[in-house]
Amino acid sequence: MAETASAEAPAKAASGGNLLQVRNLEAWYGESHILHGINFDVNAGEVVTLLGRNGAGKTTTLKSIMGIIGKRTGSVKFNNQDIIRTTSDKIARMGIAFCPEERGIFASLDVRENLLLPPVVRPGGLPLEQIFDLFPNLKERLNSQGTKLSGGEQQMLAIARILRTGANFLMLDEPTEGLAPVIIQQIGHTIARLKKEGFTILLVEQNFRFASTVADRYYVVEHGKIIDGFANAELAANMDKLHTYLGV
Amino acid sequence: MQALYAQLLVGLINGSFYALLSLGLAVIFGMLNIINFAHGALYMMGAFVAYFLLNLGGINYWWALLLAPIIVGIFGMILERTMLQWLTGLDHLYGLLLTFGIALIVQGVFQNYFGSSGLPYAIPDQLKGGMNLGFMFLPVYRGWVVIFSLVVCIATWFLIEKTRLGAYLRAATENPTLVRAFGVNVPRMITLTYGLGVGLAALAGVLSAPINQVRPLMGADLIIVVFAVVVIGGMGSIMGSIITGFALGVIEGLTKYFYPEASNTVVFVLMVLVLLVKPTGLTGRAA
Repeated sequence: MAETASAEAPAKAASGGNLLQVRNLEAWYGESHILHGINFDVNAGEVVTLLGRNGAGKTTTLKSIMGIIGKRTGSVKFNNQDIIRTTSDKIARMGIAFCPEERGIFASLDVRENLLLPPVVRPGGLPLEQIFDLFPNLKERLNSQGTKLSGGEQQMLAIARILRTGANFLMLDEPTEGLAPVIIQQIGHTIARLKKEGFTILLVEQNFRFASTVADRYYVVEHGKIIDGFANAELAANMDKLHTYLGV
Repeated sequence: MQALYAQLLVGLINGSFYALLSLGLAVIFGMLNIINFAHGALYMMGAFVAYFLLNLGGINYWWALLLAPIIVGIFGMILERTMLQWLTGLDHLYGLLLTFGIALIVQGVFQNYFGSSGLPYAIPDQLKGGMNLGFMFLPVYRGWVVIFSLVVCIATWFLIEKTRLGAYLRAATENPTLVRAFGVNVPRMITLTYGLGVGLAALAGVLSAPINQVRPLMGADLIIVVFAVVVIGGMGSIMGSIITGFALGVIEGLTKYFYPEASNTVVFVLMVLVLLVKPTGLTGRAA
């Protein structure tokens, strides 16, 4: 179990090691207004999980931070630098890496090319040996076409390729979706290990049982707003509320 | 028999131009999703730039082979930055209409100043003359065009299929948003790719100048056949464009020998047949 952080409410998260600060974030897909003023913080070295039902705005929040959405307003500060008007390639070069829900494995590239595709943006990325140590399957499938891998292997590849880049803030969108329990467990171990290595992780999950094994803090997203936030230590006390929020 | 070999050589030469032009079209379509109707006009510009370099600047053929693709490539990149980039995400028809309009304007301007007749461009001294191969006489320049085009085509294929830069290009063809979110400046890469495709067209123009003369409508005459080649090979397929380009040139040449009446239509007959059997082309992906 990962160690817990203090239980800041969304509006008053710690400022000392504050890595990401999101304030009044609004976002649109075309005419559809999806986010209606998101506020939260992520501190360096934490694993923070966004929970919420389908369509609540979790993925849109990650995409808005990454700058890959039609229109966004408000403030997103990474390392105290406002990135709300920054293009996604520059955001990536500041040290933010995004692993999309659909995994984004390229069919026209083999596993090796997929793995080596994201450019190194900063020093300090994991060397390939360490990546193969985390995901031994990938080493054996280096010459396979990317999309010929199993769902679990594709997810591992999607996470593995952003670990090389030197990005220290990882955004993982539903990394366990559609995977077998044994693979989910392996991904859980990987996230715990990455946290130990000093990565900061913002996770989007519907599977809060999985999230509880890795997260330091949670925020609950509903209708494009953060409606609650608590630390992992308070999870048991918040279980009833959480069931209501998630409709489980 | 001599006539058959001669037609085969003509076919290979035409195939070289088809391959270089359809390769550029395939690169541009793959990356920008634009059917670049201006390609013929840019090919013509390549030949004219070589002509200007020689007659106004005294710059010879060998330098023109390098400079004309760069100059016309830069012109292409300006077109992409100022016009084509705004068509991202729109229907193919808009790109087709815009590039068709650009082709008409460019051709019109050149026709206005240079008329429709051809301007001569001499074969460089080093490539003059011919070789007797025993079974046929091979003009050195024509042999050079076939071999040089083949080398350029294979180098382009290698760049796109086997290098890291090529991996970026292929990945950005599939999912430009994600590639950009990895830290790659995709808009700049698209501009450079358009420049590369246009540069290939200009290179074909320079190669063609000593054989076909320099004419404002030289591209318009060729581009329709090249589009048929691209459709047969499959839009966006690099190797498909190269193989189909050379193969159709040879088929055209053979038809000229065996049944000359059909030589101008054989490519289009093949296109219809391929479209009926395999609408995405022989090696293409769905558009």
